[in-house]
Amino acid sequence: MNSNKGILHIFALVLILTLFVFSGETFALDIKKQDLPNGLKVFHAERKNLPIVVLTLLIKASPLDESDEKAGTASLTAKLLTEGTAGRSAMQISEEVDFLGASLGAGAGKDYTTVGLGVLKKDLQKGFELFADILLRPSFPEEELKRKKEQLKGMLKRQEDEPGFVADRAFIREVFGSHPYGRLTEGSVKSIDAITRQDIIDFYRANYRPDNAFLTVAGDISQAELDTLLGLYLKDWKGPGTAGPSKHKAPEKAQRTTPKVIIIDKDITQANIILGHAGIARENPDYYAVSVMNYILGGGGFASRLMKIVRDDMGLAYSIHSGFSGNKYPGAFEVGVQTKNESADVVVREVLKQMRRIKTELVSDKELSEAKSYLTGSFPRRLETTSKIVDFVSAVQFFDLGDDYIQRYPSYINSVTKEDVRRVAEKYLNPESYVLVLVGRQSGMKLHQLQAP
Amino acid sequence: MFIARLVFIGVCLFLFSDAQASQVKEFRLKNGLKVLIVEDHKAPLATFQIWYRVGSMDEPTGKTGISHLLEHMMFKGTPKYGSKVFSNIIQKNGGGDNAHTSKDYTMYFQTLSSDRLHLSIKLEADRMRNLLLDPKEVSSEKNVVMEERRMRYEDSPQNLLYEEVIAASMKTHSYRWPVIGWMSDIASIERKDLFEHYRRMYSPDNAFIVIAGDVDPEKIMSDIKKHFGRIKPSGLRKKTAKKNTVNAEPGQNGERRIYLKKEAELPYIVMAYHTPNFPDNDSYALDVMATVLSDGKSSRLYKSLVYEKKMALNSGADYNGFHRDPFIFTFAATAAPGKDIGEIEETIYDEIEKIKKEPPSDKEVRKAKNQIESSFVFAQDATYTKAYYAGMFEMLGDWRLMDRYLEGIRKVSPQDLQAVAGKYLNELNRTTGILVPQKKKGGPGEQQ
Repeated sequence: MNSNKGILHIFALVLILTLFVFSGETFALDIKKQDLPNGLKVFHAERKNLPIVVLTLLIKASPLDESDEKAGTASLTAKLLTEGTAGRSAMQISEEVDFLGASLGAGAGKDYTTVGLGVLKKDLQKGFELFADILLRPSFPEEELKRKKEQLKGMLKRQEDEPGFVADRAFIREVFGSHPYGRLTEGSVKSIDAITRQDIIDFYRANYRPDNAFLTVAGDISQAELDTLLGLYLKDWKGPGTAGPSKHKAPEKAQRTTPKVIIIDKDITQANIILGHAGIARENPDYYAVSVMNYILGGGGFASRLMKIVRDDMGLAYSIHSGFSGNKYPGAFEVGVQTKNESADVVVREVLKQMRRIKTELVSDKELSEAKSYLTGSFPRRLETTSKIVDFVSAVQFFDLGDDYIQRYPSYINSVTKEDVRRVAEKYLNPESYVLVLVGRQSGMKLHQLQAP
Repeated sequence: MFIARLVFIGVCLFLFSDAQASQVKEFRLKNGLKVLIVEDHKAPLATFQIWYRVGSMDEPTGKTGISHLLEHMMFKGTPKYGSKVFSNIIQKNGGGDNAHTSKDYTMYFQTLSSDRLHLSIKLEADRMRNLLLDPKEVSSEKNVVMEERRMRYEDSPQNLLYEEVIAASMKTHSYRWPVIGWMSDIASIERKDLFEHYRRMYSPDNAFIVIAGDVDPEKIMSDIKKHFGRIKPSGLRKKTAKKNTVNAEPGQNGERRIYLKKEAELPYIVMAYHTPNFPDNDSYALDVMATVLSDGKSSRLYKSLVYEKKMALNSGADYNGFHRDPFIFTFAATAAPGKDIGEIEETIYDEIEKIKKEPPSDKEVRKAKNQIESSFVFAQDATYTKAYYAGMFEMLGDWRLMDRYLEGIRKVSPQDLQAVAGKYLNELNRTTGILVPQKKKGGPGEQQ
């Protein structure tokens, strides 16, 4: 397909925020729930528009469950699922998946791991069997582990050429310190080297268990068809013993009182800027007021203040956005922008000015109503495709948003007042003690002015 | 707002094949505006797309990037709806809108609740004729596009190499220009240039509309007639059709090699071979060949370069067949740390020679067709992609070509792959570009 990057990226952070956004009036999703005897929860949404089936298994396993020294274990475990099972080599798995024209893969994020399958209806049983095989019987061959580690380290090196990646890595490290949110899910070259096959096996045994996961299935599949597949392939899935207690820790709150500026010199024409600090958790009751506030500040694409001023009025950037990542524990608030090195200081000053403004002045009636109508009105689009539905249902379960979340969401948003917007801006934005990362040509940036914004 | 580099991995299908094109309903207004409607009632949503038959290939020398800049300016207002009002109206109605410019076309789209489609119709009709092109806005937007160019090309060594390879591989055809334009060209574009380009290219007889989603075609058509029906055809396109014809690319008689030296971590290679475009008889086999070479972890390039030899971090083969004029077949790979880019190049040639010497197995070709089919079926899940497929084929001449394409893919044999590899993937016909990483000038700094 065409690579529709660009502006859509601006919405990336917003999407994290507004994962469950919809207008409840006309939209409903018929989801059936069942609990298997082995503890696996299963959610099912049947849809007949296309002969396809998409499923995702969400496992509560992530960097939150690994040590700092072995950072990357969760990610590596997930990536190795498709690289060999008791009965299939890595290449056999790839051959079989590709022959179906299917997609099968796994990956770890900040809070959880997903194992996903997308397959044509006619190949469902074969696809499901492959899915269960990599989930239940991975063999983690030593040779594949070695290969994957080299690939990951190579990818990390390649990403050094992406200024946005370099900026983000420095930013999270500074904001979250030694907490898992402060490092890449892939880990570092050093921590990847430290991971052994036994670490992977231990991580898999401790976390990949039916009572620590739930499966979401959507598409052209009936309840009876699903039950048959579950009976054939997942019924006997058992984890050893009982699930251990969670060792998760919330990130510590930074004791910062002044800005921290990090400049990374790179011979490029633009300064890649990230400015921000710790934000809020997904479960925070202020999440919805924060969504509205952030939409107006910098999350709303061309409707946002930052875009209007920095791009449209000043012509200083192609894209600028702000976002809160609503994670299990408080994630980051960040403003991201690229501008030619010479304009970096002007743009940073403008960002801080807009953060201060939304903390002190009430937003206009028009801004408030437009933010609400977008956030509530865009819901049906967010559930347009089968894979979007699967992701949505999984996330609703993970964050425990409730079975009636779809119905209740509009009222969460519509009850936000102008005073709420100012209150949450006052509470969660900090234009006096933030982390500012600039990746660009240091000699081109006017640094002295950044010292005292 | 984005540049579309078409990496069109198969618009094919077998499950739906014959039913597919017949789902499209075609209408035409008296002023020449064609409308294609694809009904899909699975959700109360619709996508509206308007395609203008103008891309970077239609630009005057010295003004590269003018189509893309004009696309940006299309969001900057008319007398009736001021700057950015278009997007604001769509967003506050819960919709999303954007546009992209390619070498061949410029396309604007909105995806929204199907009961709000009248907004798209009213607003797109207005900006087809009444664009303000305020000189102050032009000058500000040029800066925005220059920032976009810095982000996408100047500061991205791999994209910059791709741009260089295209520029070297084409001598006479305007495909050699980047869609975003050269920096100095962007700087030189004035309001009058944009206005002339706009008046010439933006008219009902040089555009078509595609709608997919939960709509009633009759109702929609009466609304479209009301708003677009009054716009006069320019006829300019017909009159200047000859003048617009770009010069065909002459045959290439020897490899062209270029090197790019930039601050970068790892070497990167891009190769481009001239190939015909769809619906040339060879285009189907070229498409299947690209899939055999690089789609999935069992594909030949991945298996050899990434998995077995561990030389490359990634690899790809891409047939750029969905273009108005003949373009290229490309290969690309990033070297793994410490690996020699020369060996990667040789390994790619080995893979090409293998296909020339021995046709792939029936099973391998069937696997590629299954992959093409499946990606097509999955794409039908979104109204945007549904509309896009119909629009793509219409842009190439007729939406009915979709069926011809499917038919063509279905007929591809292993021997066809062998034949097109022999015919096009030759040294004489190749342009090769290599990114040679340069060391960093300074170290990282940090200050409180």
